[in-house]
Amino acid sequence: MWAYWLSVPEHWREIPARYRLEGGQCEDCGFKMIPKRDVCPRCGSKNVKTVKLPRRGRVLEYTKVWNPPRGYEYYTPYVIALVELEDGTRLTAQLTDVDPDEVEEGMEVEMVLRKVRVSGESGLIAYAYKFRPLLK
Amino acid sequence: MRDVYVVGAGLTPVGNHWRLGIRDLAVQASIKAMEAADNPKIDYIVVANALSGIVDGQENLGALISDYLGMIGTPSLKVEAAGASGAAAAVTAAGLIKSGMADNVLLVGVEKMTDYTALEDSNMALSTSIEREYEAFFGATLESLHAMVMRSYMRKYNVEEEAFAAVPVLMHEHASTNPYAQFKFKLKRESYMRSPYLAEPLKLLDAPSIGDGAAAVILSVSPNSPGGAVRVSSWGQATDHVSLYMRKSVTEFPAVRLAVKRALERADLKLSDISFYKIHDSSSVAALIEIEEMGLTERGKAIELVDSEDSRRNGSTPINPDGGLKARGHPLGATGVYQIAETYLQLTDKAEGTQVSGARRALLLSAGGLASNVVVHVLERV
Amino acid sequence: MKPSREVGIVGWGVYVPQWRITSEELARGWGREWKRYAAGIMVEEKSLPGLDEDTFTIAYEASVNALKRARIDPAKIRAVYVGTESKPYAVKTTASILVEALGAGGDARMTTGADYEFACKAGTEAIQTSIGLIGSGMIDYALVVGADTAQGAPGDALEYTASAGGAAFVLGPSSESVAVIKASLSHVTDTPDFWRRQHERYPAHTRSFTGEPAYFKHIMAAAKALMEEVGTTPDDYDYAIFHQPNGKFPLRVGQRLGFTPDKIKPGLITPYIGNTYSGSALVGLSAVLDQAEPGSKILMVSFGSGAGSDAFHIEVTDKVVEVRDLAPKVMDYVNRKRYVDYSTYARYRRMIKMLHDFSSY
Repeated sequence: MWAYWLSVPEHWREIPARYRLEGGQCEDCGFKMIPKRDVCPRCGSKNVKTVKLPRRGRVLEYTKVWNPPRGYEYYTPYVIALVELEDGTRLTAQLTDVDPDEVEEGMEVEMVLRKVRVSGESGLIAYAYKFRPLLK
Repeated sequence: MRDVYVVGAGLTPVGNHWRLGIRDLAVQASIKAMEAADNPKIDYIVVANALSGIVDGQENLGALISDYLGMIGTPSLKVEAAGASGAAAAVTAAGLIKSGMADNVLLVGVEKMTDYTALEDSNMALSTSIEREYEAFFGATLESLHAMVMRSYMRKYNVEEEAFAAVPVLMHEHASTNPYAQFKFKLKRESYMRSPYLAEPLKLLDAPSIGDGAAAVILSVSPNSPGGAVRVSSWGQATDHVSLYMRKSVTEFPAVRLAVKRALERADLKLSDISFYKIHDSSSVAALIEIEEMGLTERGKAIELVDSEDSRRNGSTPINPDGGLKARGHPLGATGVYQIAETYLQLTDKAEGTQVSGARRALLLSAGGLASNVVVHVLERV
Repeated sequence: MKPSREVGIVGWGVYVPQWRITSEELARGWGREWKRYAAGIMVEEKSLPGLDEDTFTIAYEASVNALKRARIDPAKIRAVYVGTESKPYAVKTTASILVEALGAGGDARMTTGADYEFACKAGTEAIQTSIGLIGSGMIDYALVVGADTAQGAPGDALEYTASAGGAAFVLGPSSESVAVIKASLSHVTDTPDFWRRQHERYPAHTRSFTGEPAYFKHIMAAAKALMEEVGTTPDDYDYAIFHQPNGKFPLRVGQRLGFTPDKIKPGLITPYIGNTYSGSALVGLSAVLDQAEPGSKILMVSFGSGAGSDAFHIEVTDKVVEVRDLAPKVMDYVNRKRYVDYSTYARYRRMIKMLHDFSSY
């Protein structure tokens, strides 16, 4: 299966979004998205500019994953969540630094950069955003 | 446009076919279907499959299967739309006939899922139907998205986890007499609550298992067949955002709503014209939302229907009389063709063990990914 | 050693992973009696990285915190140095990832960047390099990190102290600084007290030889030479920070130099989180900046095995007060903790492996 080995160019071109939360905003209807798209998914406008998204948000929905895909075995169980950022932008991310049983809807979270996937001992380390409960 | 008929069907049981490869499964089902239709001259082969590239390392299935059927020279191609590949391939195949490009088409759906025996590998293959770079990369699986939909559904409609047992219980009950089913046994509600979590609150018994299988049907411009014919009277298709996070609602499948509406309107039909339904129960909660989106019940009320006698084979609204994805099995890209093949047998009174008596018309729903590509067909007795 | 243009700390920040294991639990893992075996090092518990953490992720969060206090656009940073002996990639600079994550050097990424290694003093070494760049006027701002996910071999004495964490500093002109680095010097000899060979997973060390001829000799020589050059005595300092491989050595070396424990303890963090190696003295300095009054004088002396010491004379300015609360403090991270048992520790440190593990690192 090809996906054992992470594609370097694929991760590399996603770095602005994965490291710095750079997304898109429609200049016509204002809708914000990650990643940036050429066409606004809400109004169809092609005027979409690059914007930096806020680092804080809240958990809309979550699940504790017990049955992982290849490459995520060692992290299991982990939490996948739908997160809504402060400006309303939504994304899918792992939660980290949290007891999976303490996660709840509405939990306030902030972006951190963590290892998301690693290609074995010799391949790429793919860092990207995860979210953790706000530091107290 | 010309009418399209199903004039023959062939199935293999769904399961672990350790000794059969993807080409063997496809060939076995195809030969059965062609023999059932008295071996018409096939103008086109349409192969439905979702995972052969990633699991088998084999693409170019169109040519491969025509080759192994001894039919080289016959035009052939593969159609892919994740879990709805079978139904999408049927749209393609029917289109060839309607347009006059072909008179007889062999439609074969095949999926070989067990060649990698670790769940991690299957999960990775199944994750190809969600958005790779912004869902799967982060560790999300198709199951984990169903799990979030389930938790939202529970909260929104105040439903307990136990209640979802109704879906697998129904599917297993119906599959228990289906000779082609992967799981031919009934399920106790207690077993549901004891089953392990895949992604909380989604449990092992909420979701289909991994299985191999192939189903084939012959689509024809002519209803003349020794085994009888069933008319493909309508179809509808709609798409949605592939990724869950882009959607306005987590507990709705608008593509299901739209595809069903298109299919019914196209043939000027109402739900009351339908004798039974085949839904895409890729998880218990997905089954419930589909039932609601079709308009069979109000939102949040589908469990009552699934739990009642109405959803049984001899009830008023039979759902998945052959056991559905959960218990008949879900060989991903082949499932849509299984639905058509089983419905052909139903509407020609040949559904051994699972016959819905007097059924006239059926609505078939296939939902690829997390209902991001939905295809509906209406089939009726001629 | 003084630059022609005075250089200072514009912002500081730290990060310590939340995971902890107690010395008692580590001893239990090997059937040892904690009180006899490990209590003498005066480290109650240590931090360890989570499965998704490494030196880069630590450096990143510490840097984000330092930038919050520095209140400058990351685009103005023209040098990024990461001092570490646990590089995520043996070859590929951690600094390159940090430059990209922070946007250093602006959209064109016009910045230099490198990883430094000198055992536990790689971070202070990077500070000196940056003093050179800023002090000479080549650049205005540099970002310096000392961070590690230190390796202690299973069952080895280092297992009780080798921990994870780091500190980051935005350095710049003294006029904008919360603390001015008035002078710095270094002392280096070939003293093989501790090392890790190219393809080894865990370091080797020379037990008691790491003390007198290594730690004590180098720190004392550098400290004395710096004080002599600046013209100070221990009495002139409000705080003294020494490399802290355990809880005991910094107090002892301070005492021998003439520093009372009350000047050392505010910057002595190892007893709570273990030895963060390249982060060790720098986390201590951050803890002092978290609380020091304007006008305070600080002596910081790092130590790196192999061996050498970098000494710094630092004076705190009025600006320290206004930026202090802009980011989490050392004690915020120290107090944020979750304990693990030895089996979880072994898993998190990847001392035990899964069959067919494609997520290994």
